[in-house]
Amino acid sequence: MHDGRRMVIASADAAAQAMGLRAGMPLAQAQAMRPGLTVIDADTAADAAALRDLAIWCQRYAPLTAADPPDGIRIDSTGADHLHGGEAAMLADLLQRLARNGLAARAALADTPAASWAMARHGPTPATIVPPGGTVPALAPLPVTALRLTTDVSAALDRVGLETIGQLAATPRGPLVRRFGEGLMRRLDHALGHSFEPLEPVPPTSLIRQRLTFAEPLLTGEAFPNIIARLTRAVAAGLERRGEGARRLDLVFERVDGRMQLITIGTARPVRDPPYLAKLLCEWLETVDPGLGVEAMTLWVPLAEPLAGEQLRVLPSETQATDLGPLVDRLSNRFGAARVYRMAPVESDVPERSAERRAPLDPAPGLAWPSTLPRPVRLISPPQRVEALAILPDQAPAFFVWRRHRHRIHRADGPERIFGEWWRRDAEMRAVRDYWAVEDLDGRRFWLYRRGDGIERITGDLSWFLHGLF
Amino acid sequence: MNTLSTTHSLAELRQTIARLERQNAQAADRRNLPFGLEEIDNHLPGGGLALGCLHEVADTGPGQEHASAAALMVAGILARISGTVIWAADRRDLFAPALAGVGLGHGRILHVAAGNRVLLAMEEGLRHPGLAGVVGEVGRLDLTASRRLQLAAEGSGVVAFALRRSRKSADPALAAPLAAVSRWRIGSLPSAPPVPYAPKVQGLGPMRWRIDLVRCRGAEPASWIVEACDAKGRLRLATNLADRSLAPPVGKRRAG
Repeated sequence: MHDGRRMVIASADAAAQAMGLRAGMPLAQAQAMRPGLTVIDADTAADAAALRDLAIWCQRYAPLTAADPPDGIRIDSTGADHLHGGEAAMLADLLQRLARNGLAARAALADTPAASWAMARHGPTPATIVPPGGTVPALAPLPVTALRLTTDVSAALDRVGLETIGQLAATPRGPLVRRFGEGLMRRLDHALGHSFEPLEPVPPTSLIRQRLTFAEPLLTGEAFPNIIARLTRAVAAGLERRGEGARRLDLVFERVDGRMQLITIGTARPVRDPPYLAKLLCEWLETVDPGLGVEAMTLWVPLAEPLAGEQLRVLPSETQATDLGPLVDRLSNRFGAARVYRMAPVESDVPERSAERRAPLDPAPGLAWPSTLPRPVRLISPPQRVEALAILPDQAPAFFVWRRHRHRIHRADGPERIFGEWWRRDAEMRAVRDYWAVEDLDGRRFWLYRRGDGIERITGDLSWFLHGLF
Repeated sequence: MNTLSTTHSLAELRQTIARLERQNAQAADRRNLPFGLEEIDNHLPGGGLALGCLHEVADTGPGQEHASAAALMVAGILARISGTVIWAADRRDLFAPALAGVGLGHGRILHVAAGNRVLLAMEEGLRHPGLAGVVGEVGRLDLTASRRLQLAAEGSGVVAFALRRSRKSADPALAAPLAAVSRWRIGSLPSAPPVPYAPKVQGLGPMRWRIDLVRCRGAEPASWIVEACDAKGRLRLATNLADRSLAPPVGKRRAG
């Protein structure tokens, strides 16, 4: 590599380092030390491209990653570490995977990007984790070069005897700024988390992404619907070329002050109808605060699924069954996808397990609940303990007390005996419940059960529970 | 001069309102769903429950907290309309097998756990023509909110049921005025013996309800005693005495 004056070594592998060669050493000196040295010309463009590819690969850990040339990758793992079993496990996994691919790497995780940069390069171990709030003590013993300073600034600091970040942080700021300029203090603030350092994430190239930048920052939200319409049209065209439909859309508003705002919508099935997608996005516009102005908007499709070409409906009379997709999308975007569901039968006799939630548009399983057994409209969960008295173990109770109110039982139907599902839980090995549908003197109906079959103690303790209301 | 213009503008306003209302009525293309019981159907305007409207259903007495009879009755009505039903609630205690038991299968219900925004979920559903109906389990419902729902229902022709629930029994909030087309109260009564000619036999027959129509646009308040929905969601008038099953129904009486 040529540094402007002479050829120097750009980087040296482990074997070369063992011979005493260092990055930055003039090539002539190196060749004098080791005659017959293999020299490969540095290809910075290819390095940068490879680093970018590696940054995209790192998106397996967290969605926001950025290449940090010449040799670093930043991963914003906020909220993503639990997916990999914690921070330590995530770093270990990262280093192990890189090592398997022949890459020697050091990793660090800290509160600020600059701090993790410093710890990764100058930290004590190859994988360092700085606990939240522990940035200042962790950085204090590191040399000032860990602040990404230019060589002349670090040399000047060295001359005045400021060697570690701790010393630097303890020195009054005023004289330092006068002597070394604003840049030094900015680096220090970035490292210690006093100021925010933006990360410019790489978008995965395989994703469909449309970005619009504006000549003038948009101060009010009035123009947003038009821009969203343009973006969705462009994205839909991209989706159509690939034969896909969007399942999720992220719309990023980049504000003048460097902050970003995000609208995320999901759809129940792949969609690429621009007006429809625009409508879903516009429903969230009121949550966007343009602040001092929005200078760019980006629409991406993080999740897409195959969607076949659309059949034009030729005859107007061809009315199809009502399409629930749009309604499900609106409801799940408003209330959350987990809050819109269907209940479907499950092969289980235990009432609380006999129905499970399913996604709204899932095909229904070919099961049905037994129609002859009485089932209550309201299931009380967990079942409430009631005081009840039955004359004989195989008879319905004569009365029960629920919420301090005594219900005398007029009619009853039962028992319906339900055995515990021992294959699910050990505690249910011998458990038995006897269910009774009972009606009190006012005609209200309740669903009671007694633990145990009344013969063997191990099946239950004969206590009564209210499990539902008819 | 002043009074003249006031009366003039009032008349104009009335005309405009009348026109708007007519438009709404035409757009809704009011249809009715008969209960299949002559006594009830003859009493209701249009010969059945008006679709494309908001109806309020609640339990009486201590059942108000769970509104289980009301839920079952609404499920029975919706079971006889084809299409999907949106069931919005804030509590998750609805047990789907019971609804399947009156003919409203699990494949037809879309549950929305709407938290405290049940009304919003109902309105979203009512904007979507082609549904069988929208049910919302609500505690608080005022005149303005109910009018919104009523307008949304008229617009799409989807029937809406406000299932009132309240932790207090005999909550005065449930008696506040509403823009619902009809308001129903369901109370439970002791049921008849399962085998009419052998009253000593144990077991449970169909539930017995007293249905009160407390308010209805275009009809007098009334009440009936019925047997709860069967597996196809139909009600049956209750015979008063076990051994006189062919006797004319005596449960009908005026309550207002």
